[in-house]
Amino acid sequence: MRPSPLMGDQDKMTPQTASSAPDAQKPQTLSGAEVLMRALDEQGVEVIFGYPGGAVLPIYDALFRQNRIRHILVRHEQAAVHAAEAYARSTGKVGVVLVTSGPGATNAVTGLLDALMDSIPLVCLAGQVPSSLIGNDAFQEADTTGITRPVTKYNYLVRKPEDLAPAVHEAFAIARSGRPGPVLIDLPKNITVGNAPYAAASQTTARVAKRMPEPDRDAVKRAVAAMKKSCRPLFYIGGGVINAGPEACANLRKLVKLTGFPITSTLMGFGAYPGSDAQYLGMLGMHGMYEANLATHGCDVLIALGSRFDDRVTGRVDAFSPDSFKIHADIDPSQINKIIHVDQPIVGDAGRIITMMIEEWESQPAYGHQTELAAWWEQIEAWRALDCLRFSQDPAPDAIIKPQQAIRRIYELARETKRETYVSTEVGQHQMWAAQYFRFDEPNRWLTSGGLGTMGYGLPAAVGAQVAHPDALVLDIAGEASTLMNIQELGTIAQYRLPVKLFIINNHYMGMVRQWQELLHGSRYSESYSDALPDFVKLAESFHARGLRATRLDELDDTIRAALAHDGPVVVDLCVTEGENCFPMIPSGAAHNEMILGPEQEERGAKVTREGMMLV
Amino acid sequence: MQQETPGSAVISLLVDNESGALARIVGLFSGRGYNIQSLTVAPVDELGMQSRVNIVTTGTPADIRQIKAQVERLVPVSRVVNLTAEGPHVAREMALIKVVSSGEPRTEALRIAQAFRARAVDTTASSFVFELTGSTDKLDSFIELMRPLGLVEVSRTGVAAICRGPQTIQSL
Ligand SMILES: Cc1ncc(C[n+]2csc(CCOP(=O)(O)OP(=O)(O)O)c2C)c(N)n1
Ligand SMILES: [Mg+2]
Repeated sequence: MRPSPLMGDQDKMTPQTASSAPDAQKPQTLSGAEVLMRALDEQGVEVIFGYPGGAVLPIYDALFRQNRIRHILVRHEQAAVHAAEAYARSTGKVGVVLVTSGPGATNAVTGLLDALMDSIPLVCLAGQVPSSLIGNDAFQEADTTGITRPVTKYNYLVRKPEDLAPAVHEAFAIARSGRPGPVLIDLPKNITVGNAPYAAASQTTARVAKRMPEPDRDAVKRAVAAMKKSCRPLFYIGGGVINAGPEACANLRKLVKLTGFPITSTLMGFGAYPGSDAQYLGMLGMHGMYEANLATHGCDVLIALGSRFDDRVTGRVDAFSPDSFKIHADIDPSQINKIIHVDQPIVGDAGRIITMMIEEWESQPAYGHQTELAAWWEQIEAWRALDCLRFSQDPAPDAIIKPQQAIRRIYELARETKRETYVSTEVGQHQMWAAQYFRFDEPNRWLTSGGLGTMGYGLPAAVGAQVAHPDALVLDIAGEASTLMNIQELGTIAQYRLPVKLFIINNHYMGMVRQWQELLHGSRYSESYSDALPDFVKLAESFHARGLRATRLDELDDTIRAALAHDGPVVVDLCVTEGENCFPMIPSGAAHNEMILGPEQEERGAKVTREGMMLV
Repeated sequence: MQQETPGSAVISLLVDNESGALARIVGLFSGRGYNIQSLTVAPVDELGMQSRVNIVTTGTPADIRQIKAQVERLVPVSRVVNLTAEGPHVAREMALIKVVSSGEPRTEALRIAQAFRARAVDTTASSFVFELTGSTDKLDSFIELMRPLGLVEVSRTGVAAICRGPQTIQSL
């Protein structure tokens, strides 16, 4: 019978090392674990976030016997992945995770999917039972490659010692190339214990070249020609620009300045363009700015750069930016025309495309619609004048703090410190308010779970950011419910004395759930009350951190200042009003021009439809 | 936007022969809700390093473009061609069809088999196993005709496809 090797067990594995490689070097006897360390070192790895267990003990032993790579011991494998994500997002490097077999690997799954959805480069090393036991339901055995296949960009089960080093090198290349993402390497214990040959990265061929197309010059030409003809243009940028690197972000500034066009950003794109600049309209989408959403609805040319028309951005698809000529630049061809039909696709790296757009803008005939553009800006300024984020805070000293007030003051007071600041968030209303009130002038400073919306992301993300930037100010804007999902990371924070500032916007509710129940389910607050909360101040103290609390308006600023000034970890319990809703809001199934505004802005828009109720 | 009517398409891939590669492809189809009508896989190069996968799927032209783009993202997939969109191609499958009957239906089955150029690869006093190669349509109509004549079992390979003329999956 002819075996069908694709189906399962077989001994071949690409990538191969160059055929001349093995005898080119003097054979050294290294264990697989040592080969792994060497390959990580060659890849420039400085930090691993991990958690030990039986199947990875040889790797931990090799870690112990070297001192180039640092290991951060987290308290849960999910947290290891989020920490590595934040490390990667805030440095532009590949984050590295090490977990044991079985439960160690399954605990990492949420983090891997989070990284896949948000295009974060990671390499996750997982222990596995020895090859001879695979398939026998051995102790702590899991079909890790099977389980993680849909949540990784690629994964490996290393079957032969000579495949180990090439797999590690290729994993890094895959993680960081094209649209970045997580790669998992499953390492049976016999591979890490036994001897393995080393192969340098230069001796390995990585299968990634096809994912890095050079943008088509003619497509850029046509895109820029359309931009030159536009009267109501809008840039709509996303995380792809940040992944393209700081130079791409610098060039984006240049392009936007050159054109004079307005620009909006997705949740993942913050800081790619300076948030304080007048041409920046803020975030678009479900909880986006009034002016950004109406500009998206009304523009005649939409220039999407490194963004993917996520449903949180588009609202009702058939009513999304109905009259615009759409340009879409993305490195991942599968994003083009996936949700929204676009008129001018450009496949390639956002940085390259932006550079080419600048060249074309300068070489094509001058922009001739200054008058129309000025009128468009006038319109935008009128929308802006509505001040969609305005809310009313009772000014009495003993008034209950509004969550918006708390978040805005954290932003303003943190900015006053003039320190390099990284901000992570959990998921919920506080995340959306943080997205609305915080503005970033630099990329790689904003760390949030966008695509997956993972509660429990923020605290471990703050760990990862602080490990990467020990001298920076690292804030986690959190909800009380989300915080409890990875609260054990206070232990990691204590162990490594990470001066993370955790601000819990404590509204005693899963606020975002409560908001939807109020708006969509007749105010039936089913299971969304945060009952039996811990005393966060005492909790902080028990984890060797400083605990602070504010319950009245007159305590707010002092408490925030005290937290920012403290040189160790702080947990701040900010007790805020319970029933606040996050506006503006485009209800599910509604269009951008059917936004619901806050009580302050009156102008009430769309009714929530039945179909909208079925959407998430 | 152009008119988008659903139809079926034959997509051919070249895939590195590594464990899990087929699961990756099949998982992508099921995970994203794409349909697989038929699937064939076998190593095709000299060294057995690469396999060719042929998938018959259905959807609007936009769906098929999205499927192709998604499959192209898979690391072990080095080539993806939508043969239906790329022009003339040959698509064939093979079926083994067992008919158990006697008397008039049995003679009729044999007569139809001859007309279809199906070969009887196993014959007993009460049964035939016919082997038939051809287009999916041809196989379908043969099977329909056999149904009242004692058809008891069918085994089909799924579609193998290749483009016409000197072009190849690599050059398309
Ligand atoms: C792991 C996970 N489970 C459930 C949800 C659904 N969910 C989204 S927001 C939210 C409530 C978050 O509450 P909290 O952290 O207190 O933030 P708030 O909205 O009150 O600011 C829930 C349960 C989720 N996003 N992630
Ligand atoms: Mg809450």
